[in-house]
Formats: sequence, C-alpha cells, structure tokens
Amino acid sequence: MDMNQYLEVFIEESKEHLQTCSEQLLVLEKNPEDLSIVNEIFRSAHTLKGMSATMGYEDLANLTHKMENVLDAIRNSQIILTPELFDVIFLAVDDLEGMVMSIAEGGDGKRDVKRVVHQLELIGKGESLVSSSSAEIAAASVVLEKEKMTAGQYDEFEWTVLQQSKDQGFNSFEISIALREDCLLKAARVFMVFEVLEKSGEIIKSHPPVEVLEEEQFDQQFTVTMVSKESSEEIKKKIMKVSEVGHVVINDIDLEGLGHTANAKEDKVAEVQEQETTNAKLPTDNNKKKKQASFKPASSKTIRVNIERLDILMNLFEELVIDRGRLDQISSDLDNQELHETVERMSRITSDLQTIVLNMRMVPVETVFNRFPKMVRQLARDLNKKVDLEIIGAETELDRTVIDEIGDPLVHLLRNAMDHGVEKPEERLAKGKNEEGKILLKAYHSGNHVFIEIDDDGAGINKERVLNKALSNGILTKETAATLTEKQIYELIFASGFSTAETISDVSGRGVGLDVVKNTIESLGGSVTIDSRENEGSIFLIQLPLTLSIISVMLVAIQNEKYAIPLSSIIETAIIKKEDIMNAHDQQVIDFRGKVLPLLFLKDIFEVPISQEEVEFLSVVIVRKGDKLAGLVVDSFIGQLEIVLKSLGNYLTSAFAISGATILGDGQVALIIDCNTLIH
Amino acid sequence: MSQDMKVIVFQIKDKEYAIPVEKVKGIEKLLHITRVPKAVQFVKGVINLRGVITPIIDLRVRFGFEEVAYDESTRIIIVILDDMEVGLIVDSANDVLDIPVDSFEPQPEVVGHLASEYISGVAKIEKRLLVLINLEKALSLEVTGNMLKEG
Repeated sequence: MDMNQYLEVFIEESKEHLQTCSEQLLVLEKNPEDLSIVNEIFRSAHTLKGMSATMGYEDLANLTHKMENVLDAIRNSQIILTPELFDVIFLAVDDLEGMVMSIAEGGDGKRDVKRVVHQLELIGKGESLVSSSSAEIAAASVVLEKEKMTAGQYDEFEWTVLQQSKDQGFNSFEISIALREDCLLKAARVFMVFEVLEKSGEIIKSHPPVEVLEEEQFDQQFTVTMVSKESSEEIKKKIMKVSEVGHVVINDIDLEGLGHTANAKEDKVAEVQEQETTNAKLPTDNNKKKKQASFKPASSKTIRVNIERLDILMNLFEELVIDRGRLDQISSDLDNQELHETVERMSRITSDLQTIVLNMRMVPVETVFNRFPKMVRQLARDLNKKVDLEIIGAETELDRTVIDEIGDPLVHLLRNAMDHGVEKPEERLAKGKNEEGKILLKAYHSGNHVFIEIDDDGAGINKERVLNKALSNGILTKETAATLTEKQIYELIFASGFSTAETISDVSGRGVGLDVVKNTIESLGGSVTIDSRENEGSIFLIQLPLTLSIISVMLVAIQNEKYAIPLSSIIETAIIKKEDIMNAHDQQVIDFRGKVLPLLFLKDIFEVPISQEEVEFLSVVIVRKGDKLAGLVVDSFIGQLEIVLKSLGNYLTSAFAISGATILGDGQVALIIDCNTLIH
Repeated sequence: MSQDMKVIVFQIKDKEYAIPVEKVKGIEKLLHITRVPKAVQFVKGVINLRGVITPIIDLRVRFGFEEVAYDESTRIIIVILDDMEVGLIVDSANDVLDIPVDSFEPQPEVVGHLASEYISGVAKIEKRLLVLINLEKALSLEVTGNMLKEG
C-alpha cells in the first residue's frame, strides 16, 4: 500500500494529537486530581501510537507506547504525579513533536530518544528517577501498587462502579476466558467475546487492558470484569458460542469480602456516575469511537483543504471580478434595463463571494499561540521564575500567510519578557509584587489590522541603562540622546547589536536580537512598538496586516509599462525639475529636504522600450530600505490601489528587482518592484 | 504491435513540431504580454492566464530563428513540466495527431540549424515530418537557471 497519500493526513493529525497532549498536560498539572484529563491524554497518545505504527514509524510508535504505559499507570493511580514526572512527559512530547516535524520535512522520523525512553521505563516500573528527591515518592508509589494488588486490582473508580451496579441489582462477574491453543486470530476472537459481553452488560475492566488485547500481546488467557443482570451460566453459554474459545471460568465478585476501603463520598459518587461512560474501559472499536465522540466538546464540522486549492479558487474568482467589471462597462454602454439589473445582482453576489473566499484563508491565531503555554512553563522552570501566561483572543483570525511567519517573532518577544521582564520570585516579593509574574498575550482585530500585545508585569525597561548601552555601542551620540523622547529610547532596544542583558543567558543573547523581530514584522508589512514603565512592566504591541496577499501599492507608468511599488517602502512622491539633478560620481542625485538622494531611472534599469518624449519634470517616488533612501524616477503616477499579490511562478524565480506580480482591473499583469534590491 | 502517441502539432517557420498532449494544458490566442525586465531574450514576459501569472517563451527566439510580428494565427501553447507552467509562442497550432511511437527516429544530424539538444526525435507521417520537442531540455532548470542575466 502506498502510504504517501496518507502522509499529509498523518502529519496533520499527529500534530493535533500532540497539541492535545501538551494542552491537557498543562491542565493536568494544575488539577492533578482529575483523572479524566489523563484519559484524554491517553487517548491521544494511543491514537498517535496506532497511526505511527501503521505508517511504519517505529521510533515514534515506540516512544508513544512508553509514554502511554506511564499514562496508564497514572490513571490507575499507580504513580503519583510529580513535577519531575511532568518534565519527563513533556520531554517525551517534545521528542515526539520533533519526530513528527522531521517526518513532515521529509525525514524518517528517527531520533535518539534513549534517555527519555529510559526515564519513562523507570517511571513505568515505578522506580525512582535519577534525582534523589523523587525516591521517596517512587517508594510511596510502590507501596501504593502493592496495596492495590491485594485489593483485587480495582481502582477506586472501578470499585465505585461495581458497588453502584450492585445497588442497582446488577451482578458483578470476573470472567476468565482461555482461547484454544490453535487459535489463529486472537484479537478477532477477543473482539467477538467483547461484543457478546457488551450485549449482556457493561464491561468494567479487562486484564490485560484492551489495548494490549487488540495487539494480541497476551498468551491464551484474559480476564474481564463486567456487570450484568444475566446469570453467570447464561453468559458462559454465550461466550462458548464464540469459536476457538477453550474454556470459561466465571466468578462472582465478592464486594464486601475484598474489603476495599474506597471512601465513596456522596458527591464523588455523583461525579463518578457522570464519568462512567467515558472512564469505563472501552472494549470495541466501535464503542470507543462512539464514546470518544460523546466526550469531545461539540465542534463545528470542518474540512481540511489544501491552501493551493484555495489559491486556485481565488485566482478564478479574480478573473470573475475582472469580467464583472467588463460586463458593467458593456451594460452601461448598451443601456438596457434588464441587463443593468442582472449585472448589478451579479456584482452583489460576487462581492459576497469575495468575502467568503478571503475568509477561507483565515486561521485563528490560536494555531500559533497554543504552543506557548508549554514553552513558558519550561522556560519558567529553566529560569527559576514563576510565571503565569494568560492568553486572550486566541480566536482572532489572520491570513494563513501571516500566521506562518508570526510564530518566531512572538517566541522571541515572550522569551524576552520572561528573561528580561519578569523578575525572580524573591525580587518580586521585595518589590511588594505578587511572587508569580504575569504575562498577558492578547490578540484583537482593529480596522484592517490585527494587533498582538505582549504585556508583562516585570521590571520594565531601565532608560538609563538603555541610553548608556546605546552610547557605548555607538548607536547614538550624546547630542541626539538628549533630544530623545521616552518612547524613542525604548525603540533603541530594536537597534541591531543591542542587548540589555548584563550577562548572556541561555534564553536570550544568542546573537539574535530584537532587531530580527522588528525586521520580520516589518517585512510582513507590520510594525512593533514598546511602552514600558519601570518596575511596572513592558508592553510590546505588534500591528499586522490581516493578509499578506493583499497589499497597498502605488501604480506608476514607465513609458507604456505599468509597475506597482509597495506603499510600505514609499516615503513620499515628488515632482522635480530636470535642472535640479546633480551629478556625484557618475550617480545622479537630488537634494531632498537637505538630504542627498541617489536617483534611479527605472526606464534605464528596466530597459523599458522608449516611446515617449522626454519631459521637463520628473516624477520621483522616494523609497526606503531600512534607513537608506533613494528616488525612483518614473514617467507618471497612476494612483494608489489595493492589489492581490501573486508570485511569478516557479519558472521565473529570480527576476531582477521584481518581487511579484498582480493582475490589474483590465486583466493585464503589472509587476511589483522590489525596492530592497534596488537600494544597496 | 505499436502504441500510439497523441501529440499537439504546431508550426514555426515552415516546420511542424509536436509535443505530447499530456504535457499540454491548453492552447490560447495571443494575450497581453507584460515584459519582465532583464529576463533573457526568449522570455517574452508574463501573461494573466485565468488568474495565474504564466511566463511566456518565444520558441522562435529559443530556436534561434528570426522574430516575426505576432498575428491572428499566433498561439500560446501552455505546457506543464514538473510544477511549472510555461507558455510557448508558436506561429500557429491547429492539429492533434495520433502517431505510432515506433515511427519516431532519433534526430538525424542534418535537420538544419536547429539546436539539436531541444529535439528528441523526428517522425515521418505520410508526407509530413514532425519534430518532437524535448520539453525537459527546452525548459530544463539548468537552462532556466542560466537564462536570467545576473541581477
């Protein structure tokens, strides 16, 4: 079977399951008592294991299996949850993510996971981790395990179910089923037995667990605990009808006799009853799905669509819009009432369609945000700080193209807030603040933009230190320093080669400064600003365009050709007289507000065929790259408009000074000038 | 037993050329071509092909013939090679033929001035001589890699 066609689905689903794992782990860390969360994680891990085994990624399946064992022990209360344990599981999830990423990038998903596997195995056996502090806990868990063995191998929850069933008139049985030696399809027989039992009552537990049975990892015998209103004889007869079953032994469970000490508090019982459907072991696949579905929160139905298909749809749609424009023109020329009305209706439908098509590319910013809680948790542990991350507005939608780019800058700013912003707990207490620092990550729409705020209640930015650093780095002079406003001083930390960290820590100061963040965001057509108050915290505000595929440009004419210049690189436009041009070193320049700007004659640079007379005045577009300016000489300005950005395709990958193309209202192509390559 | 191969037949100058039909996405009448500055001579520019920016190659220039003005019969053959879509400007295109695969012969040394690397074979069908274009060679990445002048 060719697995390639499933690969994409596999990767996507694996990512989703891993995301669920890390999200739920974080929830679990806050509510270690809630075993239903463990179940949720277990299910995700289990599905992932099955998928990766099917796809032939052994390492991935193996590590998931080890993790699953630990999770199983947790939900059976054989292991007590400790921060160290969480660390190991998080490490495992990290490794799994790494493997999935490697597969997504065309790798084989192999990775050295010996250490994590070893640690998981240790935990799985109930042994202590390397650290001595957890030895006691491990010992405790061993004791706990022993206790359980004598208590008939039922945990508190199962016990409660058994007792309640008894109260409601059900019989409880422990059924040992032995398959015949020559049984070929053990898993199939197990399935059939379970199906029979399901019809007679409710299965509480099986030994070995269902997952193991499904994988045929047992000899000939297995034990099932169930509750039923039928008699043991009836059940036995039914099971014996399944072929290849050797013999069946049914024992009544003596609830009192085992003397389990479960403290079935009234309120707990009610809770347990609610969870009964989800927590009872689920024997058949069918059943599993049904119950899983009932557990998941109701979500709207969605379908995964390749973004390329959406691009095709958008292309076709633009054509439709262009044709609509032509129809509009024809209809006004013909002056026919019916035609008018039809064209107008069509216009309205197409504009509705346009909204829909554009919205289809929108993805909630959640897809980026959801990896932060785990990162912040780990970072807080590394830095010995206490940090609470609050996320607001994760449902805010952004174009897919922006989403793909925004992750790294945000990671950087969050790291920055954790490292330089939030103080150590002692420091915070000394300042009279809450021991736990708070970072707020907030996204919201406003107009045609999306804003993302990263707000920490840490130390804030020390103006003096920034100024001194900037002076010593030669970023600015004493004279200019005196004239700067507070905000301008904060902006200095975005200058390249700037770091306020006194000591270079593991977290930041790896040579990638905030200047990279600023550049990335600006390359997306956005901007970033800072506000800060000493000892109260800092706010980084990022402004992003809703989509990258639509940009504002100035359309210009050069002879008979039309070009688009992105507004983001334009400072302003000017008309200059020919005699104002000066010559400096073979380079024509102009004096523009006291600055000497080089002039670039686009018709020469682009070798545009000449068809018009030279004129006395030149139209100049002043553009910038970073802090360098240049004047682009064109023949005339056509105007400003919003265009849909398109690539030149895979064939013309390196066209000179052209960053892309767009289709104008008349159906013709206009090229977009890449100012960055024109200015050196 | 010989298999047939379906080809699109087009004319440049006075010769007939062929491209396997599965490589052809469509044949278009002349559309407005936007020149791409500093591209090599045979890349005439880009067109808007139903919303997709598609580069255009003039096969006459590619093969080293003299250029002629485009007219009513000029066609753009949109071909697909790997994940690239490229339009080829030809003098005219109006025929689809089934030709037996074994009627192709390797390119004889004598076929004129045409750079033989772009040709994968010739076929004689009755009185017509078809030159089968080697699209991989004519558009190959190595060729396209060199075809853009250094920026």
